[in-house]
Amino acid sequence: MNNPLKKQYDVVIVGGGPAGLAAALGARKSGAENILIIEREVEAGGILNQCIHSGFGLHYFKEELTGPEYAERFVAHALSENITMLTDSYVIDISPALQVAVLSGRHGYLNVQARAVVLAMGCRERTRGAIRTPGFRPAGVMTAGLAQKMVNMKGVLPGRKIAILGSGDIGLIMARRLALEGCEVVSVYEIFPYSNGLTRNVVQCLDDFDIPLQLSATVAFIHGRDRVNRLTIAPVDAQRLPDLNKSWDVDCDTLLFSIGLIPENELSTKLRLHMDPATGGPQVNSTLETSLPGVFACGNVLHVHDIVDFVSEESLRAGQFAADLALGRRRPGDNIALQKGANIASCVPHSLSPDREQVIYLRVKQPMKNCILSIGDRYQKKFRMLIPAEMIRLTLAPEVLDRYFGDNLKIEVRPQEVE
Amino acid sequence: MKEIKNMTCIGCPMSCPLQLTIVDGEIEEITGYSCKKGEEYARQEYTAPRRMVSTTVACSGGLWPRVPVKTAESIPKETVLAVVRELHRYKVKAPVQVGQIILENVAGTGVAVVATRSLPGSKSEGQETI
Repeated sequence: MNNPLKKQYDVVIVGGGPAGLAAALGARKSGAENILIIEREVEAGGILNQCIHSGFGLHYFKEELTGPEYAERFVAHALSENITMLTDSYVIDISPALQVAVLSGRHGYLNVQARAVVLAMGCRERTRGAIRTPGFRPAGVMTAGLAQKMVNMKGVLPGRKIAILGSGDIGLIMARRLALEGCEVVSVYEIFPYSNGLTRNVVQCLDDFDIPLQLSATVAFIHGRDRVNRLTIAPVDAQRLPDLNKSWDVDCDTLLFSIGLIPENELSTKLRLHMDPATGGPQVNSTLETSLPGVFACGNVLHVHDIVDFVSEESLRAGQFAADLALGRRRPGDNIALQKGANIASCVPHSLSPDREQVIYLRVKQPMKNCILSIGDRYQKKFRMLIPAEMIRLTLAPEVLDRYFGDNLKIEVRPQEVE
Repeated sequence: MKEIKNMTCIGCPMSCPLQLTIVDGEIEEITGYSCKKGEEYARQEYTAPRRMVSTTVACSGGLWPRVPVKTAESIPKETVLAVVRELHRYKVKAPVQVGQIILENVAGTGVAVVATRSLPGSKSEGQETI
């Protein structure tokens, strides 16, 4: 039974990955009747469909699932809630009056009017161009996530002899994946003196398969005219500049990049949303609404998360708030700006309201042991260990902000004082 | 004979450095962990390390040419490659249901391999889209 396409929706969600699916369920929970998800792939589920390893769902479902299992639960739930999914379709523009222009494989060009829009476009991988790796531009150079899609969904190997630049989790996972598929994984190179992936993944993905991890080293030149056939690897100094005098060459037929993720905000910048340079995503208030009224953002388009469980949690809330707005339920605006203090790299949202429970996500700049996180004089929490790679999630009970008359609060992390 | 073995706990981001004191092949002492998980991990990893395996098998007639699978429970670490090799030679036909047993007793481990997604037989039986 197919839902016919309507001209108007309470909530239109851009992206059918984990964020978009959860936002749709949140909107339904809040009472929105007409909900549309627009997904560019032929099926919903997003990146989870290609993440066939396990490790998802420990927080949200209290069990360890693979990516496709996690996605399928959400897709099944969304379909049972009669949420309309327009797949194989791409949003090309959103007007400030929330008219959404779509290019669809089946319907061609069409416009739908939304009362509220949720941006859930996810993020993209940084490419070779982002770090300007010198050399030729042969075939066989790609991001780790693209290789993951090729191997896990299409059953195609990207090559036989693989080198990986960057020790992010996708790179580590792909090192193991390709080793299991019978490829030779030459080495993983990391420009920093430490791995950027979880230690758990270094142990399980590299050590288990005797794949070397070369720290403080980078690819200084890519050789090969038609197909990559050799790399020049150079150690880097404290400023992370390659020392070509100490470089060496390695043979390979494939180079994968796993060098970080960027929120996909082409639509957001077109809408001239106020952006946060620290997260790469839009600025949002405590209802996850951006600077343009009626436009909300959640998941990796807002800030890159470490685990999908937090994406689902955040997006459920974004969907609820979007539905509230679409149905004309008014809330008091935020009256407290959240400011970044000592050792805070980023925090979301950017303002708070005392009228309900508040959820704050943040990252620290530097690793710190035995420290205290404080929000003004209102809140304190001790941590044994905080690292930039691990996002922190805080919930503040409404009482915490009760009778606070200032217009801003500073969030900071400081070492615990030794007595 | 006494030897010292170092490990990194993979239980959480703390990544505690674990040190096992082994006497005549038996664990005498485990140090370095800050919670129960670390001790359990060290014991399991020293005596009989186990791993979950996820990979794909070929699938004909579906939306995609591969269907992702996993071992229903962890298998002995030394059998990982044998399991993956056996699955390489295996082929299924769509439709596949999530949780469906693809292969019993893979590589003699006594563990089943199950599908981790549903793969409809053709596009029209897939997700309800418009």
